[in-house]
Amino acid sequence: MRSILPILTVLTAIVALWYGAAVMLNKQWTYDQAARAGVTVTFSQVLADTMTQERPVLPAPHQVAKGLWDGFAGQKITSKKSLVLHSWITFSATMAGFALGTLAGIVLAVGIVHSRAMDMSVMPWAIASQTIPILAIAPMVIVVLASLGIKGLIPKAIIAAYLSFFPVLVGMVKGLRAPDGMQLDLLRTYNASGSQAFWKLRLPSSMPYLFASLKVGVAAALVGTIVAELPAGASQGLGARLLSGSYYGQTIQIWSALFAAAILAAVLVLIVGVIERVVLKRMGMAK
Amino acid sequence: MKDDVKAPVIFAKDLNLVFETNDGPVQALKDVNLSIERGDFVSFIGPSGCGKTTFLRCIAALEHPTSGTLKVNSIPPDEARKARSYGYVFQAAGLYPWRTIAGNVKLPLEIMGYSKAEQEERVRKVLSLVDLEGFAKKFPWQLSGGMQQRASIARALAFDADILLMDEPFGALDEIVRDRLNEELLKLWARTGKTIGFVTHSIPEAVYLSTKIVVMSPRPGRITDVIESTLPKERPLDIRDSEEFLKIAHRVREGLRAGHAYD
Ligand SMILES: Nc1ncnc2c1ncn2[C@@H]1O[C@H](COP(=O)(O)OP(=O)(O)OP(=O)(O)O)[C@@H](O)[C@H]1O
Ligand SMILES: [Mg+2]
Repeated sequence: MRSILPILTVLTAIVALWYGAAVMLNKQWTYDQAARAGVTVTFSQVLADTMTQERPVLPAPHQVAKGLWDGFAGQKITSKKSLVLHSWITFSATMAGFALGTLAGIVLAVGIVHSRAMDMSVMPWAIASQTIPILAIAPMVIVVLASLGIKGLIPKAIIAAYLSFFPVLVGMVKGLRAPDGMQLDLLRTYNASGSQAFWKLRLPSSMPYLFASLKVGVAAALVGTIVAELPAGASQGLGARLLSGSYYGQTIQIWSALFAAAILAAVLVLIVGVIERVVLKRMGMAK
Repeated sequence: MKDDVKAPVIFAKDLNLVFETNDGPVQALKDVNLSIERGDFVSFIGPSGCGKTTFLRCIAALEHPTSGTLKVNSIPPDEARKARSYGYVFQAAGLYPWRTIAGNVKLPLEIMGYSKAEQEERVRKVLSLVDLEGFAKKFPWQLSGGMQQRASIARALAFDADILLMDEPFGALDEIVRDRLNEELLKLWARTGKTIGFVTHSIPEAVYLSTKIVVMSPRPGRITDVIESTLPKERPLDIRDSEEFLKIAHRVREGLRAGHAYD
């Protein structure tokens, strides 16, 4: 409970700054309107106007809050304006991609740890894959898959997987290599096989590393999904919502979608964190 | 050969081991000759870096001699390792944090394919052997260092190996706990009839426990003296005040000193 005060302080400071920035960025439009109408405006009128514009350069916090509230609670969830619907679409593709990416990351890590050839050949490619900007390949992947008749969730999931496998791969390689020489020597004195060493030592040792990288991976999967929703001409998903907002200059819609994405990311990381606590606790590794 | 009770359990002849390091070769073992009989309790004592650990690891086939002959149960160490003929206790307990004490002791049994019922039975037996009955369900971090070390000894005793190799198992413990564990170890040895190889830095510990004390000296690591203990097999703790005991301790100390004077 003691930590609540500093958090509130920081939050208040951010909101105050945000309001200040909203006034600074939005007032030009108010002055322009006034000049066109040939009237002069007082400072308090400007202040009031910058808080309530329909398409502000920077929406004020309460406008975004209202946009979020409308999006989540003010619509039927089947409505095109419902953030619940869009969040769900993004969430499901994120989960599919995350599962795929995690699986790929773990499988590759196991291969790398057990085979020198894979260690030499896979890792450079994995690193290279992450240096290519996702914005550049996402449209290509989507176009190619669309021409094969694959649309909807799968292309998005593939791009999400593309981003999320890497942290899982790196974390798992480190985790599977975490056992020290003594622990490996102990298994040698039992004449344990490679697969016994894997299941009884390497895999359990890697769990803390796995969860740390899953947190990064799930956030990366969400980013991948949203990026994949941008060029798709998709009509659903938070990415599509961002895009259509920017088409029509609906800044409040853009910011609401952005915040929805941020909330979704926070929830996903939180869920992974809870699973981590439960698993490590049951393994006796959380003290 | 293997069934010949008279054949030494561990037999080393002209054993040499050279580590190739970045700053040139390090002779860790030089011309080591030693034979250990069945049921012996052998202590290795000597200054740091004299090759005690290295020799024990050679016996365990975790290290491979550069030249010479080494036989464990009359077969090469690697085959003895595959036949699971020894239990090894490392200097650190090295328990798996995600396994309970019982789970840790069970580890070798699972790997060696003992039946579930047999596993339970053996875990119960060895945990009571090291006085840890009440702690089967605890995790390692819930135990003191000495208890963890005892659990790791239980783990090495759980399966039927007739050799027990211990590398400074009590090095990190205080004198009182150490005395108790020494006493327990002697009882355990008497009860099980295992052959024990035991590395230590402590002269009283070596004299108290051993039937045979191997004194080593460093650079290059070699054996300078092998002392056959004349103490009876039954050893209460106060035997350490007896004349016999002090005489052997003195000879060990002389041996260690001679090793130092060498360089
Ligand atoms: N893996 C290795 N690579 C290179 N040199 C090694 C290696 N292991 C041991 N040595 C060297 O071999 C020598 C003997 O080491 P060893 O660990 O057997 O000593 P020790 O008698 O067990 O010492 P301590 O009492 O400190 O444990 C030392 O000089 C050490 O530096
Ligand atoms: Mg040592």
